[in-house]
Amino acid sequence: MNNEHFLSVNDLQVHFKTADGIVKATDGLSYTLDRGKTLGIVGESGSGKSVSSSAIMGLHQGTSARIEGNVWLDGVDLLTLSPPEMRKLRGKEIAMIFQDPLSALHPYYTVGHQIAEAYRVHNAVSKKHARKKVVEMLELVGIPQPERRFDGYPHEYSGGMRQRAMIAMALINDPSLLIADEPTTALDVTVQAQILDLLQKLQKEFNTAIIMITHDLGVVAEMADDALVMYAGRAVEYGPVSEVLTHPEMPYTWGLLSSVPDVTADTDIPMVPIPGNPPSLLNQPPGCAFQPRCVHSSKVPGDLCKTTMPDLLPGSHGGSGHLTRCHLPNPELIYETEVAHDVTPTQSEER
Amino acid sequence: MADTDESQTDGQNSVDPSEVEDAPSLDEVLQQSHKPTELDTTAPPVLTVDNLRMYFPVHSSGVIRRKVGDVQAVDGISFEILRGGSLGLVGESGCGKSTAGRAITRLYKPTGGSAKFGDRDLVKLSTRELKPLRRDVQMIFQDPYSSLNPRHSIGSIIGAPLRIHNMVPKKQTLSRVQELLEVVGLNPEHYNRYPNEFSGGQRQRIGIARALALQPKLIVADEPVSALDVSIQAQVINLLQDLQKEFDIAFLFIAHDLAVVRHFCPEIAVMYLGKIVEIADRETLYQRPNHPYTQALLSAVPDVKQAAIGGRRERIMLEGDVPSPINPPSGCRFRTRCPLAREICAKVEPPMVQIGPRHKVACHFAGELGNHPHDPVTARMLGVDNDGNPDPGATPTEIEETPGFNDVWFDLKERRTVKPS
Repeated sequence: MNNEHFLSVNDLQVHFKTADGIVKATDGLSYTLDRGKTLGIVGESGSGKSVSSSAIMGLHQGTSARIEGNVWLDGVDLLTLSPPEMRKLRGKEIAMIFQDPLSALHPYYTVGHQIAEAYRVHNAVSKKHARKKVVEMLELVGIPQPERRFDGYPHEYSGGMRQRAMIAMALINDPSLLIADEPTTALDVTVQAQILDLLQKLQKEFNTAIIMITHDLGVVAEMADDALVMYAGRAVEYGPVSEVLTHPEMPYTWGLLSSVPDVTADTDIPMVPIPGNPPSLLNQPPGCAFQPRCVHSSKVPGDLCKTTMPDLLPGSHGGSGHLTRCHLPNPELIYETEVAHDVTPTQSEER
Repeated sequence: MADTDESQTDGQNSVDPSEVEDAPSLDEVLQQSHKPTELDTTAPPVLTVDNLRMYFPVHSSGVIRRKVGDVQAVDGISFEILRGGSLGLVGESGCGKSTAGRAITRLYKPTGGSAKFGDRDLVKLSTRELKPLRRDVQMIFQDPYSSLNPRHSIGSIIGAPLRIHNMVPKKQTLSRVQELLEVVGLNPEHYNRYPNEFSGGQRQRIGIARALALQPKLIVADEPVSALDVSIQAQVINLLQDLQKEFDIAFLFIAHDLAVVRHFCPEIAVMYLGKIVEIADRETLYQRPNHPYTQALLSAVPDVKQAAIGGRRERIMLEGDVPSPINPPSGCRFRTRCPLAREICAKVEPPMVQIGPRHKVACHFAGELGNHPHDPVTARMLGVDNDGNPDPGATPTEIEETPGFNDVWFDLKERRTVKPS
């Protein structure tokens, strides 16, 4: 239906049937992404950010997952493809970088062998040619002495180098869509900075669309064009990063911002946590999933938060394409007066 | 899922809205959230670590397995932790920060140096002599999933230290465990549940209750929140702050998350490859760091405020990886990745010099970002020329390397020792 965007996810649902009931890991998720752009998906563990992206890759085939909705990639609905058709796309058009490079690489094969395999599956070339291509790729991602490193095993690589090797493997077939699932979470900040730089450089070179899954709002702020905040399997805030992170309108986003102190801001800001625990994805209450942890729900008249799930609607700030799922009538005012000074004092002063 | 968990007993998808609990109000949450901890600099030190070293031998392969070297995981670190204070230990993985914590709690037997706790040296005590001291020094571990025995109920986990140290009569163990559960914000009725019935944040609270059971004076917290979700991290940090205030506990807080450390620790030490490169109070370290490694580390943290501007922020990029601690670089260990490195850095190891009231740094070219000096500040006191060769004309000054801070310090601009007026 929507062919103007390169990737368009439409009302995606991923449900798992378990003995205790249906786990709605992802429910009614929609977003779009263009080539050369980055979408940052943020949320806690269990918010459905990885599950929804695995669905795009077709990684739920053969499991008990029930997937509904559409995923249009360049005019093709990925969810209607047969397993062999999907296999042709996977690793070629769509590639994925996993969080833990040590468990994503096979310990028994050399790194070069594994990357070459990814190349030879999609290209009928000789081993020799594949080796040349892999060495080129290893050099591109900044692995020193790529000729020698080709024959190294994963355990001989450091964490940052393994992640570089994973990036090399993901990008070797020049994919048009790259899903990076917490690519830097297991790494130190200095290595994280190197990897993020590399991803940005390669994105410019190959004009790749990137879905960046992370829980670090700082990474989203620096890498992404659009941000999607997920809670309990649903998008709760979605829009351009410059809108979502500067004028957030959903209490969950506020909570995320205030529970992570900013290293460059004043040193005397309190750390305001989000009370309670993430909800179970079984038996979701009829109202807003965040209501039991929301400190602002008393500002909504009546029992609205408990009884009715808010829709994802344009926010009151009126920014282009900034959608939020909240009943609060005047979120911008509440943010300015009650929340902003705990989040970024310097920012609220500037305004 | 165990069937004791009442929230998930049936597969009904309808939940009566009236049963949904009310969320706490904003004021309640704000009351529980604390500002960064302040430090009382006049308090006496609880722990004085002096030149602590922890080497792990490396053996050759084969039958004879000769010792061929050492992993110098911690190589001569010195610091003080004041009573009720907390010192943050930050650095990249493999820099030795966790090893330092484990050497202090004597999970490892340190190779050398001293760690004075009161009038006793934790390094020299035998295992038997150590037992009474274990009561005063406790540890919180990083991974709440592997640090709790899955076959023991949490009552037995928290009760174990009470039993081992005969803290309370057997009959009162249960009531003490319940008290502890309440202190860390868990339901005291849950003492007979098993760790698998709790979420990550709750498990970390159990680990904290276990550490608190013996009323320690010092807690070594090794990455206590890095395995938790961000929203839960803030809850646990606030809990630790409450407990610190209430029981006057000192913390050695080991973490790699610079933002969390800044919030929790009024003093922070930055480690690189087994050595402390800079140690200072919070304001100084985060706003005026003098060591190029601290500067690079701080600039690498992604910044949320960048959303308003777009793109990445300017940062100091460190090339390559941390060198191997088996064969560390000569002179300054950071020189292989340092943007300022010169000849002297390969020849002479920079001494730890106090350059402010509560600020020490180990660098030949110490200075604020963009204001690093052109010639080494340490040359004269080391008795070498600007390239690090011995200078017969210069007389080296005695550099006192004490774990704590002195009243006099070396002024970087005037290049002489100054006394505060």
